[in-house]
Amino acid sequence: MSETTTLPEPVVVEEAEPKRGYAGQNVPRKEDKRLVQGEGVFFDDVRRHNMGYVHFVRSPYAHAKIRSVDVSKALEHPGVLGTLTGDEVALLTDPFFQISSPPGAHLKDYCLAVGRARFVGEPVAAVVATTRETARDASELVEVDYEPLPALTDARQALADDAPVLHDEAGTNLTWEGVYEWGDLDQAFDEADRVVKISELHFDRFNSTPLECNGALVEFNRGTSQWTIITNNQFPGFAAIMMGPAMRVGIDKLRFVTQDIGGGFGNKITSHPQLVACCLLARKLNRPVQWTEWRTDFHLSMSHGNERWFQDTEVAVKNDGTLLGFRTTAVDDAGAWLRYEPLGGVIWAQVTPGMYRWRHIRLDFKQVVTNKAPVSPNRGYSRMQHLWFTERVIDIVAHELGLDPVEVRKRNYIKAEEMPYETPNGCVYDSGDYAKMLDTALDLIGYDELESKRADAESRGRLLGVGIGSTLDSGTNNFGQSRLINPELQFSGNNEVATVKLDIFGEIVVTLGTTPQGQSHETTASQVVADILGCSVDDVNVRAGHDSYWNSYAGFSGTYASQFAVTGLGAVKGATEMLAEQMKKLASVVLGCAPEDIELAEGQARMRENHEAALPFMALGAIINANNAGLPEDLDVTLNCRYVYRPPFDPPDVERKYGNLTLTYAAQVHVAFVEVDPETGVYEIVDYAAVDDCGVRINPQIVEGQVMGATAQALGAATHETFTYDEDGNLLTPNFYDYHVPHALDMPPLKTGYVESASPFTSMGTKGMGEGGGAGIHAVCAALQDALRSRGNPIVYDSSNPYHRVWELLSDPASSRRRVSVEPR
Amino acid sequence: MAGIPVVTSQVVSVEVNGTTYEREVEARRLLIHFLRDDLDLTGSHVGCDTGNCGACSVLLDGTLVKSCMLLAVQADRATIETVEGLAEDEQLSPLQQAFSDHHALQCGYCTPGMLMSATALLRESPRPSDEEITKAIQGNICRCTGYWNIVKAVKAASGQEVAE
Repeated sequence: MSETTTLPEPVVVEEAEPKRGYAGQNVPRKEDKRLVQGEGVFFDDVRRHNMGYVHFVRSPYAHAKIRSVDVSKALEHPGVLGTLTGDEVALLTDPFFQISSPPGAHLKDYCLAVGRARFVGEPVAAVVATTRETARDASELVEVDYEPLPALTDARQALADDAPVLHDEAGTNLTWEGVYEWGDLDQAFDEADRVVKISELHFDRFNSTPLECNGALVEFNRGTSQWTIITNNQFPGFAAIMMGPAMRVGIDKLRFVTQDIGGGFGNKITSHPQLVACCLLARKLNRPVQWTEWRTDFHLSMSHGNERWFQDTEVAVKNDGTLLGFRTTAVDDAGAWLRYEPLGGVIWAQVTPGMYRWRHIRLDFKQVVTNKAPVSPNRGYSRMQHLWFTERVIDIVAHELGLDPVEVRKRNYIKAEEMPYETPNGCVYDSGDYAKMLDTALDLIGYDELESKRADAESRGRLLGVGIGSTLDSGTNNFGQSRLINPELQFSGNNEVATVKLDIFGEIVVTLGTTPQGQSHETTASQVVADILGCSVDDVNVRAGHDSYWNSYAGFSGTYASQFAVTGLGAVKGATEMLAEQMKKLASVVLGCAPEDIELAEGQARMRENHEAALPFMALGAIINANNAGLPEDLDVTLNCRYVYRPPFDPPDVERKYGNLTLTYAAQVHVAFVEVDPETGVYEIVDYAAVDDCGVRINPQIVEGQVMGATAQALGAATHETFTYDEDGNLLTPNFYDYHVPHALDMPPLKTGYVESASPFTSMGTKGMGEGGGAGIHAVCAALQDALRSRGNPIVYDSSNPYHRVWELLSDPASSRRRVSVEPR
Repeated sequence: MAGIPVVTSQVVSVEVNGTTYEREVEARRLLIHFLRDDLDLTGSHVGCDTGNCGACSVLLDGTLVKSCMLLAVQADRATIETVEGLAEDEQLSPLQQAFSDHHALQCGYCTPGMLMSATALLRESPRPSDEEITKAIQGNICRCTGYWNIVKAVKAASGQEVAE
């Protein structure tokens, strides 16, 4: 049940049909051999003859009018090959398509700033030179005449009368708003014994900072007008939809290629502006161009996570801790551009009630633009913010009503027997046993000994606190949810593609539409294929990486939003089953029997009743590919199968904002023990347990690795990581000195466990996973609040709690307490 | 901008993983860019521009260094070991094998530097404690694993038992 790495029992998909094989086993990763030898191929490892290096000139101002850009001195510098400016971009391209309905729809977003710069680090021009160093030098010779404008750095002030308006075309900084209401709020508040009011909570700005920054090597084929973009963009399907229309070309002109990607976590979805700049330069200069983002540039400009304020929250609750409903206003800070936004304005709704049974919910989502880096998906995208809010509400309610957070959770958790559970907004939680997960986590951490641990800490002058984070990792998007943002959009459903073929010497070759960044797709796809074809995982060749010219590519191809185990493996399974049928059909023709008489085992197609009558895979491959004369004319066998997995979705009801937004719901329950030094606010996470349920696990070790990684990132976000701006809009944490990600010495002892609730909605019982839900952030917040209880009972109101904030809570608990009140009805 | 610095260059000779290379390089070129761009040894990576991340870690005359913190010219006449030199005759070293066995890598971007830091540790301390291991890799950032499995792998590579 809760052992970490013991081999599980063979997977049982349907109880009557025990299935033995690679699925469910810790098969060693196929990717490792090249990666541990430094033989991976990341985009920056690729070279082309005569390639030039791109360096972007970036705005030093958070908000400024661009009066002029003069590149003449840079062009005179030896080694400089060319430049690109906003004026050129405005002629050569159209603004990027906007997802938003008006007024956000009116934004004019180009790959370089045109006329105005809106955040520090925004690319204003680009220089190409023969070396990285020369390009960087020459970029300093580009003269930009700026007229600084007042900067807007606090989302809460975006609607003030005197706030600078970022985008004149929109006429307001409130670029998108949606009021969501389900159930009967009046009834809920009538029924309530108490109303808990929380004036303001803040979810901080950070991101996952993958170790490899963004970049690309872009080639233009003048004869065919096609670009090859060797890049680490993790969602080429989205990039193509954004880039093609902007560049006025069909998406077939854009070939995206990747092999290995050095981490993504959502942060590599919105590199399309820079990729467009590189495409324009490759065409203009008639040579390959290479762009490698510097770490400082990444921090300044790329894919910050959504910062969100929750204001005027009211929670309807019974005296026994039964939660009835809540209303709140979420003010979401999108930064300067809507590069993937306002999708965050609906994605949170995948997990509207969190893990809880409350049915009456109202949330007014206001998204505003500010003079900060644009936000984009970040591991746990938009659900993490909302789940942090619901978890904070649960713990504040328990705290203020004097109830046990464990009991409040158990009282309000959706129960295992209620699954599949339809949420107030029509999402269907597929399966899960949250109470069992909580018990497992409490067992792992030794919750029974809490009081003795508190006493021990106290004897050392420390305050011990315990905190729980229980979250969901919703996976496999129904892109129809975008219509709740903009009813005009023609997106719905989802898809992913795989091809599986048997080649001439019997090679099994698999291509995927995905763009893995460490998620081990080559390994897990091999497990699924080998089980169906009755061969060894070593016999399965999964091509590394992604190539949009492989024909294993559809509109939503990519690796994002916790879905591979459902969409990617669903496509692999579908294609492999097609291939298996064809192999049986071919063997039956050759061996003179019915296809049903053939089985695939031990690398052969053989008669079930007579194993001597067998064709090795090599013979099947050779017959179809190179020796096919005399085969029946109507034999429909290619041994090259393509399958598009399409999850069962309907478009949601736009009027009611109602419908199933994601297919699967992996769950996490984390528990943290922290010890705080009351003199300084310095604290340490002294023990930690993480329990995950992602349904059937194809490779438990890989799943556990994702759980560990998500935990580490959550702990980093909870403790030290923050993109903090000064009032002029300068980012104060533009590198790994100031932006402190966890190091090995920062990690607490970790115990992991799992519960396995097979999804009834997926063919293998799997659920998408990997994002985690940011459970660690909640666990740390709750543990700090528990630890500080005896010191004036402060309220933890921010997701980010570096030592100085804890010290502030210790030294002035009253000001935090003013955020919360409890009123009887 | 007052002007562009005068570019000077110098011939640098290094031995990397047993092979001697001689190249003329700009004086300002970083060792990591020399290894990657001039010698095409792309196993060592760049993850930051401030010396924090350790993805570029190599051994220089036996000492662990971050190769983004040195100029190529400072490595003249040095012996350098990089990740490409760890395996012998296609056979993974025990450390490399342990990284795979214990799932100590996901995207693999930090792995080359992590392996070099661990290699340096194991030469100094053949049976390191968990604390020694975490100290030895504290200069290497990994964003995928949370380090737990890396610590386990290094310990296992040293022949010590690790909890499963």
